[in-house]
Amino acid sequence: MTKRSQELKPVSEFISDSRPERFVYQMDGDRHEIALSTENLQVRYGDKLALSEGDLSFERYKITSLIGASGSGKSTFLRSLNRMNDDVANVTGKIMYRGLDINSKDIDVYEMRRHIGMVFQRPNPFAKSIYDNITFPLTRRGKYTKEQLDEIVETTLKQAALWDQVKDELNKSALALSGGQAQRLVIARALALKPDILLLDEPSSALDPISSAKFEDTLLELKKYYTIIIVTHNMQQAARISDYTAFFHQGKVIEYDLTRKIFTRPKVKLTDDYISGNFG
Amino acid sequence: MDLITEKIKKTSLSTKQDRFGKFISVSALVLIAAIVVLIFGFVLTRGLATFTTNKISVSDFLFGTNWNPSVVDKKTGMPGVGALPLILGSLAVTFLAAIIATPFAIGTAVFMTEIAKKRGAKIMQPVIELLVGIPSVVYGVIGLTVVVPAIRSIFGGTGLGILSGTIVLFVMILPTITSMTVDTLKGVPRHYRESALAIGATRWQMIYKVILRAATPGILTAIVFGMARAFGEALAVQMVIGNSATMPDSLVSPAATLTSVLTMGIGNTVMGSLQNNVLWSLAMILLLMSLIFNIVIRLIGRKGELK
Amino acid sequence: MKAKTADKIATGVIYGIAASVAFVLIAMLAFILVRGLPHLSWHFLTAAARSFEAGGGIGIQLFNSFYLLILALLISFPIALGAAIYLNEYAKPSLFITIVRTAIEVMSSLPSVVVGLFGFLIFVVKFHLGFSILSGAIALTIFNLPILTRSIETSLSQIPNLQREAGAALGLSRFETVIHVILPASVPSIVTGVVISAGRVFGEAAALIYTAGQSAPTLDFTDWNPFNLASPLSPFRPAETLAVHIWKINSEGIMPDLSAVSAGASAVLIIVVLLFNFSARRLGNLLYKKLTNS
Repeated sequence: MTKRSQELKPVSEFISDSRPERFVYQMDGDRHEIALSTENLQVRYGDKLALSEGDLSFERYKITSLIGASGSGKSTFLRSLNRMNDDVANVTGKIMYRGLDINSKDIDVYEMRRHIGMVFQRPNPFAKSIYDNITFPLTRRGKYTKEQLDEIVETTLKQAALWDQVKDELNKSALALSGGQAQRLVIARALALKPDILLLDEPSSALDPISSAKFEDTLLELKKYYTIIIVTHNMQQAARISDYTAFFHQGKVIEYDLTRKIFTRPKVKLTDDYISGNFG
Repeated sequence: MDLITEKIKKTSLSTKQDRFGKFISVSALVLIAAIVVLIFGFVLTRGLATFTTNKISVSDFLFGTNWNPSVVDKKTGMPGVGALPLILGSLAVTFLAAIIATPFAIGTAVFMTEIAKKRGAKIMQPVIELLVGIPSVVYGVIGLTVVVPAIRSIFGGTGLGILSGTIVLFVMILPTITSMTVDTLKGVPRHYRESALAIGATRWQMIYKVILRAATPGILTAIVFGMARAFGEALAVQMVIGNSATMPDSLVSPAATLTSVLTMGIGNTVMGSLQNNVLWSLAMILLLMSLIFNIVIRLIGRKGELK
Repeated sequence: MKAKTADKIATGVIYGIAASVAFVLIAMLAFILVRGLPHLSWHFLTAAARSFEAGGGIGIQLFNSFYLLILALLISFPIALGAAIYLNEYAKPSLFITIVRTAIEVMSSLPSVVVGLFGFLIFVVKFHLGFSILSGAIALTIFNLPILTRSIETSLSQIPNLQREAGAALGLSRFETVIHVILPASVPSIVTGVVISAGRVFGEAAALIYTAGQSAPTLDFTDWNPFNLASPLSPFRPAETLAVHIWKINSEGIMPDLSAVSAGASAVLIIVVLLFNFSARRLGNLLYKKLTNS
């Protein structure tokens, strides 16, 4: 355990400075910019401590995977990052984003979520048309011309690799889409808000293997513009798409490192056990 | 500070909207609660006036057998404010109706959930729903044109009375008890049924020994709900009970209930007079009874949970 | 062997019970309709009632019933909707919520005659509104509120939480998610609930006899100024409804064709109420199809 904390410390030390341009740390001789990080984050459901230790920093324009068994606290951690857990859990500690602790009271949660978007395990399109699903969150907050909206819909659907399949039926109900299509629509909807960070909570667990593969391609494409944090049960997926991987166990981060290191020579035995499948 | 951090620190439109939405919706809720408090407040103040202003003793009111508030009894020198005949009338029709309705309700519910699920859903479900929907005055009309003449021809007399009231109420509360019993039976876990059948129980043994036992708290709740409805029902009962506020001595002679006296009397008395105040005391009893039924339902629910 | 016999007997008895319940309903409906339908005519449905001679109709009562129903729904729906939204979307377990839920439960089990008496005391006597449409509509509102609140709350709770999370994750306020996403999706089931409650309200009489009153003054159907007492729209006129009329003539009616009028009026009442109940589901299903296909 002590070994793990040492591993993590250098990362969090750098983020105590509040100016965005200084969110940078050195690793393997390179400069890395931090998009989001946590400090002393703990999550309680009633008396139950669901997340006790685990402060992570997420690098900009990279994909970070959170892996671990069910109930290991990884989803709890993810959902706390844009405060989706506010209603059900007690979240303490700091979540640093652009020099602000977004876990504090004076943060406008709604506005924050427009910059830190989230996609859930099960696709949740609104009972509206495909077109309206994407434009609705926009038009509720600003004035757009028809041309602007058209363009946003096309760009985001292309980014989410859905455009070719639905371009002729944008007015169809989104509820008629297949699971994989619906999940990509939901991504497009999140992208339309131009978020900084995308939080994905097991986004492809409801998808078939082909949709899932397409979805992974989409994510790799998206990381050019977005910082992505993804919770996944699928170890291969984590290995394929992510730059960093954090392994959660019993509400704690056991190991956090470059994905290739985690999957080739993990430092903690527990991580090794989990990855090689002889867990328990 | 960049644009985004500035925005995040400001109160957004969403937050303002939510404050507004919360305020509007909680006001509606508070309004409803306030209405309930007002109803209790007003009816209780009015109802207690009999005892505070008119100095009638509670026991005279509850246990007196002479109900005739506008006439002063020559013997006692007091107006006839004994509500016992009405209370007994109400209790009699309520309990009798519940006693008759219960086996029918349980039978129908068992039919719908255990014996003939398909037909139950197809035929009996709409039947129950339609029965719930029939307005109480229509029950009254049927009582007056079918039940009362039938009883008259069998037992003689007017046909009006507790028996007629019971029959009308029986049909009225039957769908209430049935549909709630159906819900309870549906809630009994599948494995109860399977394990009972697996050890060789017949279907009836399974129903009687396992399902109905497991569902007892729910069924009791259903019955109390039905009784609450029966106790508070006014017009259908008033139409067939005979409206004679004397101590009931037979099921087929005219009687009265709290609600029937209230329905007939409140318009014919002057606000603030003794005659009026005692009517409010009757309303108060109705209100308190509905509260008691509520509490009983809660107690049953709590007991059921513990098991 | 004994157990099997018992099983057979019990099954037979249960079949008998179910059949008899179905029979009672069919017999009652048949009785009301067979007796009532022959008396129905355009004249009967539109003419004013007569107290002492034969040939009266139920026109004004019918109009009053619908007018009161609409007013009661107009008042109770927004309140019930607001309350249901709070209960389902905002409420966290607290003492306040426990108290309010208990209050709603108690309210729904209030005898309707008590609701009527309360309305009488407050609106008719205290506020000097007299026996009036307005007093009646408020009494019906109190009668309707708890059931409507609960039914809307149930409708809202059937919309999966995923939709609320979607809204929240997009930075939309809970309120606009409810208004623009949750409510539209639950419209079919809300409509079903409202129409079912309308059937109940339409048939209610006990809450009305001392609020809307037991008289139906002649209306001038050419005068639509709500401030004239003779106008059908006037909220300050007494308004006996169809259900109250049926009760009234059966209790103290003296017209010679009393049983015919009673039978006809009962048939009309039950037809309208059944129509409400039948159309409730149909309408809901229709709306649901429209919503999901578009």
